[in-house]
Amino acid sequence: MSTIRKDVIIVGGGPAGLAAAIEMHRKGLRNILIIEREKNLGGILRQCIHDGFGLARFGQPLSGPEYAQRFIDEVIELGIPYDVGTTVLSITPEKEVTAVSSDGLVTYQAGAVVLTMGCRERTRGALAIPGERPAGVFTAGVVQSYINLHNTMVGKEVIILGSGDIGMIMARRMTLEGAHVNAVFEIMPYPSGLPRNIQQCLNDYDIPLYLSHTVTEIHGSSRLTGVTVSAVDENLQIIPGTEKYYPCDTLILSVGLIPENELSLSAGIEMDNRTKGAVVDEYYQTSVPGIFAAGNVLQVHDLVDNVSLEAESLADNVAVYIRDGSLPVCDVQIITDGNVSHTIPQRISGQKEFTLSMRVRCPFKNCTILIKQNNIALKRVKLQKALPAEMIRISIPKDNLKPEAAVEVSVE
Amino acid sequence: MDELYDVMIIGGGVVGSAIARELSRYELKIGVLEKNLDVCFETSGRNSGVIHGGFAYDPGTYKARFCVEGNLEFDQVAAELGVPFKRTGKVLVGNTPADMESLKRTLESGQINGSCGLEIIDDAQLHNLVPSVIGKFALWSPNSGIVDPFLYTIALAENAACNGVTYLFDHEVTGISRARDRYTIITSKGDYRTRWVVNSAGLGCGKISEMLGLRGYKIVGSKGDYIILDKNVGPLLPMPVYPVPSNTYMGIHVTPTVDGNVIVGPNAEYINEDAFSYYGVSQKEIRSLAESANTLWPCIHKKDYIRNYCGILPKWVDENGKIQDYKIEARSEAPNSVNLVGIESPALTSALPIARYVVSLFAEKESFIRNTTFNPVRKPIIRFAEQNDENKEQLIKENPDYGEIICRCEKVTKAEMLQAIHNPLNVDTVTSIKYRTRAMMGRCQGGYCQTRLAEMIEQEKSKAVEDIVYARNGSKLFVGKVRR
Ligand SMILES: Cc1cc2nc3c(=O)[nH]c(=O)nc-3n(C[C@H](O)[C@H](O)[C@H](O)COP(=O)(O)OP(=O)(O)OC[C@H]3O[C@@H](n4cnc5c(N)ncnc54)[C@H](O)[C@@H]3O)c2cc1C
Ligand SMILES: Cc1cc2nc3c(=O)[nH]c(=O)nc-3n(C[C@H](O)[C@H](O)[C@H](O)COP(=O)(O)OP(=O)(O)OC[C@H]3O[C@@H](n4cnc5c(N)ncnc54)[C@H](O)[C@@H]3O)c2cc1C
Repeated sequence: MSTIRKDVIIVGGGPAGLAAAIEMHRKGLRNILIIEREKNLGGILRQCIHDGFGLARFGQPLSGPEYAQRFIDEVIELGIPYDVGTTVLSITPEKEVTAVSSDGLVTYQAGAVVLTMGCRERTRGALAIPGERPAGVFTAGVVQSYINLHNTMVGKEVIILGSGDIGMIMARRMTLEGAHVNAVFEIMPYPSGLPRNIQQCLNDYDIPLYLSHTVTEIHGSSRLTGVTVSAVDENLQIIPGTEKYYPCDTLILSVGLIPENELSLSAGIEMDNRTKGAVVDEYYQTSVPGIFAAGNVLQVHDLVDNVSLEAESLADNVAVYIRDGSLPVCDVQIITDGNVSHTIPQRISGQKEFTLSMRVRCPFKNCTILIKQNNIALKRVKLQKALPAEMIRISIPKDNLKPEAAVEVSVE
Repeated sequence: MDELYDVMIIGGGVVGSAIARELSRYELKIGVLEKNLDVCFETSGRNSGVIHGGFAYDPGTYKARFCVEGNLEFDQVAAELGVPFKRTGKVLVGNTPADMESLKRTLESGQINGSCGLEIIDDAQLHNLVPSVIGKFALWSPNSGIVDPFLYTIALAENAACNGVTYLFDHEVTGISRARDRYTIITSKGDYRTRWVVNSAGLGCGKISEMLGLRGYKIVGSKGDYIILDKNVGPLLPMPVYPVPSNTYMGIHVTPTVDGNVIVGPNAEYINEDAFSYYGVSQKEIRSLAESANTLWPCIHKKDYIRNYCGILPKWVDENGKIQDYKIEARSEAPNSVNLVGIESPALTSALPIARYVVSLFAEKESFIRNTTFNPVRKPIIRFAEQNDENKEQLIKENPDYGEIICRCEKVTKAEMLQAIHNPLNVDTVTSIKYRTRAMMGRCQGGYCQTRLAEMIEQEKSKAVEDIVYARNGSKLFVGKVRR
């Protein structure tokens, strides 16, 4: 098995990987390679045939495949090399990348590695939902794939657990394909998906959304016959006596996405327990020099437009890294109060402006996001509302920023 | 209907399949009637997967004898049948003087049973073996091991099938009659005539006994629940860790699987025969399992849960509710039958010794001709993920499908999936392929590969999507095409 040298290996050909590759090409990098395990480029967008992608970037509502195609066309036009049907099996801290395809095993020695592997869905097992294990329990993304890519219909009487965006989108899709969606249940007291999806996917189709409710038992020994649903209190504990039985043949879970970081772990990258993705600096560089991450593998995004932006800023930094062999030290920590669920980056150099992405932990009205260092405000952002479902992006100017004490982010 | 079988085996779990395989060493026409769509959908696929040492059973019992015998031969059996097996050893961990007494008694009965290498070890020795365990001393059983229970059962069945045994799935036995020295076995799919009959129906042993006219067996179920943990924690548990056993129950333990996950359980809840097909797990049980096992091995965290499951042991009890030994009998009331009752733990370990004993009961009545073409070897599906780079390259060169990863978590390739879909038993539920390859068994639980797996079954077996089944009869995955 021979080793091939590459300036940059991009792992994953979804929107993040594609945007990163195009931007690197613009910056003059030529010896780069996108590796994608699917037979086609485009990532998760290939199965998102609904519209609503690219409003920010292209000023028009595109479907997922249309959005992806614009980037794929550009990759092809620019002649950026890519291997599809090829799975990356391992990445070492020394940036040796091993990939497999039906042509065999290949090892690359990369100057830099860009991680854009996307995410996976949380499952029934991870939630430990009690009851039997009949057929008919699916995660939302799997249903989306069955219907949109495999022309296969999964059921007729549907209950959805979790108010994630994909679940709501599938509520509408199943309805349009003739299924009856009874209701969506969400354990939290607020929805986890975007307001526009609640309107367009549930309200417009008279599908009720019950907050502070969860599925407490699954019934059926062969195919699903029904679920028991219970109300929960403010501590998410089941309130006895509130159980209600709903007959159904399909339970769709839309209970969260988890960045897919097996490879990152194999490379010894430091992870953030909150995002379940890598800890990165303002250059999107991980704790292992020369390995970078963007897109859903770094933090789960709700808008693909932001994924593309994130990947492009990453690409600019990779170009500098390849040219200079290193990037400035980043040892200024970003710390948060209890109202912030996470931030990207988690550390910065303190020497230049940067973009902060963050989510709030619970909904706020008329709040202020305060970013300060040494008790000096770096930025204040007033928001009429802030929802956990919506990622907030804030650019922080250089002005008062110093390469010293931690930067604090809080919501008031 | 008209074909006459020499032997019809009712129940194709690990015991029925071991019997089928051992009988296939002779020139006999053998059938296995199995109500499920594959061989490991009941107790044989729902256990701890431990090859027990044989110390926990009363001396003189079948349980003790067959367990020790099965344990000692297992390296050779696993090699012959191509089944993943690791002789990890095992510890029973104690803290109090009463625990010590109990462990000493266990050690003594183990020595009488012929279980080898048993030893009481101190704190330092224990923590040297399993650093993460909580406990002051332990009984160390170096011969205990772990096996893949699905693949072991499948391997016995496939080897039996390759040596001429006919498996009849989706055949539930509902009645048995006997006339003119022949049995007629009535099933949900028609009647079968046979000279001999074997009852190895697991949880159904009581009912089949009744059908044979062997009445009066009282069977209770002991239901045990488990949590499966992510491979993340696997490295913290090099071997099964058990508490001090009681007379009838091994206690909630933690066990590594041959694939590097950890299973936590089981509890033991007594249930009646009408609940023998309910495989649900409750929230309360999940919580108490974790609490209990964390006092033994404090590494169980909710973030690592990937699935839960349960299994049910059929226990034969006397009128006072006392649990009995295995019953393996050839009674004159039902001539030419071998009746197995209460085949509970450790029957995974003991399956082949039990099978040989069953064959010896036949041999008392009839002399069989050796099957000269019998081949004891079963070739496993070669797993890409377990090979070194050189072998990986070679595999892909010989078969490019080995370069196409279908299951991202367990790194299962298209080549393995295709071999599994075209298996010798000709079973094709989604769960059948899962057990044979580990696709869908990883942390994403099929989020990535199940659509591909379903599509491969559809294409390779020329099936309509409506006919793709998840596991049990009737567990259809799909209602049809979205559009024609
Ligand atoms: C189901 C769903 C619906 C969505 N709906 C909307 C919407 O309506 N509007 C909107 O704006 N945004 C939406 N989003 C968000 C947005 O589409 C995603 O955030 C975006 O696709 C993420 O891009 P990515 O490149 O990070 O990941 P992905 O698109 O997931 O791409 C990752 C790629 O990496 C590949 N890969 C992973 N591991 C390996 C490996 N080891 N070797 C080789 N290749 C590998 C994968 O096959 C995949 O192609 C949705 C997201 C999901 C999951
Ligand atoms: C929680 C638990 C943990 C265990 N742990 C271990 C362990 O670590 N080590 C160990 O050695 N043992 C263990 N065991 C025991 C072991 O799993 C069982 O003893 C063994 O699998 C029994 O095999 P079997 O073939 O008799 O039963 P089964 O696997 O149940 O097979 C019986 C078959 O008969 C079929 N059947 C029933 N009725 C009919 C009918 N009317 N018509 C047609 N078919 C029928 C069923 O579908 C089934 O497939 C454990 C068991 C449990 C429940």
